[in-house]
Amino acid sequence: MPGTFEPLPGGGAAVALDDVEISIIRSLAVQLLELIGPGPAEDAPGAGDPLAELFAEGPSEPPSDPVLRRLFPDAYSDPARPPADEAEADERRAHSAEFRRFTENDLRAGKRENALAVIRSLNALAAASAGEGGAVLKLSPEESRHWLGALNDLRLAIGSRLEITDEDDADSLYGLPDEDPRKPMVMAYLWLGGLQETLVSTLMP
Amino acid sequence: MGRVTAAAPIEIEKTEQAEEVFAVPEPDVPWVTIVHNDPVNLMSYVTYVFQTYFGYPKDKATKLMLDVHHKGRAVVSSGTREEMERDVQAMHGYGLWATLQQDRK
Repeated sequence: MPGTFEPLPGGGAAVALDDVEISIIRSLAVQLLELIGPGPAEDAPGAGDPLAELFAEGPSEPPSDPVLRRLFPDAYSDPARPPADEAEADERRAHSAEFRRFTENDLRAGKRENALAVIRSLNALAAASAGEGGAVLKLSPEESRHWLGALNDLRLAIGSRLEITDEDDADSLYGLPDEDPRKPMVMAYLWLGGLQETLVSTLMP
Repeated sequence: MGRVTAAAPIEIEKTEQAEEVFAVPEPDVPWVTIVHNDPVNLMSYVTYVFQTYFGYPKDKATKLMLDVHHKGRAVVSSGTREEMERDVQAMHGYGLWATLQQDRK
């Protein structure tokens, strides 16, 4: 069935994709990769030095891009429990900044790895699909986990661009008229949701 | 004989009292990891993450997911601050919106 992952006997998952679908997912994954950005040490002094990379500190300020803010949220900021006073607000900001400094580089690296795994498997698939119009993508269990993470990040990114902030927003997108400029993005969002939903069902412990 | 055995429990009691004096003082107030609702993450995916990362059985993972969905939030783990920072980082890695705080009721 198109747009649906099926479990493979012995583990892993498979989905049939046509050329257009391959190029859409690939292009979205490339955009995500560009948004997440290169590793911290790549443009810093001592670039390529694994030891320098190991000790490189991440940023302490939240990203300005709303997609990145959603992917890397503040760790000490409970939305349902606003700080009681300015001192508590300062304390939470300081803790969030410190958390960010020590985790964001690793988090970005993990998300890059997932997006890269998607691009790599689609490059191989595009070669197999050339002249055929489409091909069946087969993922190992490990590749499936990378894909699952990347599909989720892509949906978070698109959801953030579409300003989906509550369940009503999500519901209202189903009824958009064809001429709405958001329509193609919404269709990609829903299609990726179907892919993720069926992929996760092949991985359920 | 009777007297000798009677003396023994007293001594044991004393030992216990002595140990109490040296016991760890008030344990730190535990920290908790909270996962917040968001309209993008799939219910099946959130359940999968709770099962895979925390090793929770399906029933518990599903109940926590439903709490997140219906109540807007759920405490998914508790422990030291360091442990909770690790859990929050893992949740962010999975794309779930998580925060940590001290468990003041």
